[in-house]
Amino acid sequence: MRRWRVSLALAALMALLFAASLMAGKVWVPPSAWFSSDPLWWIIVELRLPRALLGVAIGAALGLSGAVLQGYLRNPLADPAVVGVSSSAALGAVAMIVLLAAGPVLVFAGAMAAGCGSMLLLAALAWRAKGSVAFLLAGTVLASLSAAFTAFLIAIAPNPFATAEVIDWIMGALTDRSFAEVGLAAPFIAVGCGLLLLTGRALDALTLGEDAARSLGVRLDRLQWLVVLGTGLAIGASVAVTGVVGFVGLIVPHLLRPLVGARPSALLVPSALGGACLVLAADSLCRLAPGAAEVRLGVAMAMLGAPFFLVLLLKLRRSAWI
Amino acid sequence: MDLTLDGISLRLGGEAVLHEVSAVLRPGRVTAILGPNGAGKSSLLRSIAALVPYSGAARLGDRNITALAPRERAHLLGYLPQQGAVHWNLAVADVVGLGRLPHDSSPAEDAAAVFAAMAATGTVEFAARTIDTLSGGERARVLLARVLAGEPRWLLADEPLASLDPAHQLEMLARLRDVALRGTGVAIVLHDLAHAARIADDVLLLQNGRLVAFGPAVETLTPERLRALFGVDVVLVDTRDGRLPVLLDRVPSQG
Repeated sequence: MRRWRVSLALAALMALLFAASLMAGKVWVPPSAWFSSDPLWWIIVELRLPRALLGVAIGAALGLSGAVLQGYLRNPLADPAVVGVSSSAALGAVAMIVLLAAGPVLVFAGAMAAGCGSMLLLAALAWRAKGSVAFLLAGTVLASLSAAFTAFLIAIAPNPFATAEVIDWIMGALTDRSFAEVGLAAPFIAVGCGLLLLTGRALDALTLGEDAARSLGVRLDRLQWLVVLGTGLAIGASVAVTGVVGFVGLIVPHLLRPLVGARPSALLVPSALGGACLVLAADSLCRLAPGAAEVRLGVAMAMLGAPFFLVLLLKLRRSAWI
Repeated sequence: MDLTLDGISLRLGGEAVLHEVSAVLRPGRVTAILGPNGAGKSSLLRSIAALVPYSGAARLGDRNITALAPRERAHLLGYLPQQGAVHWNLAVADVVGLGRLPHDSSPAEDAAAVFAAMAATGTVEFAARTIDTLSGGERARVLLARVLAGEPRWLLADEPLASLDPAHQLEMLARLRDVALRGTGVAIVLHDLAHAARIADDVLLLQNGRLVAFGPAVETLTPERLRALFGVDVVLVDTRDGRLPVLLDRVPSQG
């Protein structure tokens, strides 16, 4: 089975990138320092380990939800950002920062609530209108609306520090994340990803359209709940701790289709692993970039991801999955 | 297992689409569902497949189809939609394999059923290709194989001849007849009167959502009835498939 071979290779790559992520940075920590009383050990445990763990978690959440949303909506453009869940979660967090000057736990709660709320709203809208186009259109509108409200909140921020905090946060980064954030986000991401992994067979059937899928015994209402709750939890929690990191959910499934085939179920596990690899690699590169401050992960992902994706589009423009 | 339609009525968006359609369709025979555009042919097929909520009952044997669990229904009924969309560029074998989704059978049984379905539709040679590399005719056969791989007791096909050229239309009819000859029930929506006469054992005629006639094809597809139903003149012409209704009318001139 090709997808298991690819998954195995991606898992190995992820392990390598994880190790590289522990080593790389302004201070280089060689493997020899990992298991000794070297003071560099502190850098690993307190700074880089939680950061690498979060990288794996949010990368997997983004990659997996991208693959599931593309399969569910039968649209190669779908990803968590397009359906508005990322920007809604960001709005929830920004509202907490600006309006309540809240601490990390409340910011987290705000992002989770807004992320899940946006998915439920989408589900309700699409349920009435029936069909994936309605879902996508409503998501696009939701994304614009969230962005507008976020901009509004930034404009009314009480002081420049709050503004700076919001802008810093929105750009998406894994910088200075601790085990506290890992502990907050990981359970939600795990449950969300677990729900998303249950969608494989139903997504395969949806390849033939909604009528054919239902005639194959697929319960579309159950599938919608899995997609809505899974994406809401996984992406809500990801955005809540790292801000908005775009492109991963969009690109990873496209990168993997030539390797594992276009069947939605075959893409799920590889997309989760691929997403983790991409975020780990991008975050390590962010740390290595010259300059006093770090390049933001979200910014780096967009700067590297967008041109790369355009090249891919041009190469694959004759292929059916674009 | 007879397919019994018992007073099926359907409203879509407040509009009555089907009124009290009743008939008993027999397995091992091909039943063609005919009627003008908007007569409710596809709606009837979708009702039978429990894809739309309707009043009345459709029964397989003595079991109400809407009361069956979705998976069990999927075992018994194979539904081939009108739009043969395949949204991702899957391998042909994967597309046919989707027909096995409702089954909890072993991989070996699945593979055997997929192979049998592909053999029955002449698609074995495409197995390794992807769906987008196929011509319209090849694709239609693959989608039929997908339904057959589920080994349904009844096949419901909505305009399976759409987008096929004449030779492939005849070939598809032959495949469908083979399916019926193996004892499966076959109900298909058709537009072409001659093709309906070619393949159908029974014909179900619909007009404005009402059943106009149901019975053996030879007795049902008379020029008089077809004129009344479709508003066109039809003559019976001798062909190698027997006497078939052929359109006599000319293209109306404008103004």
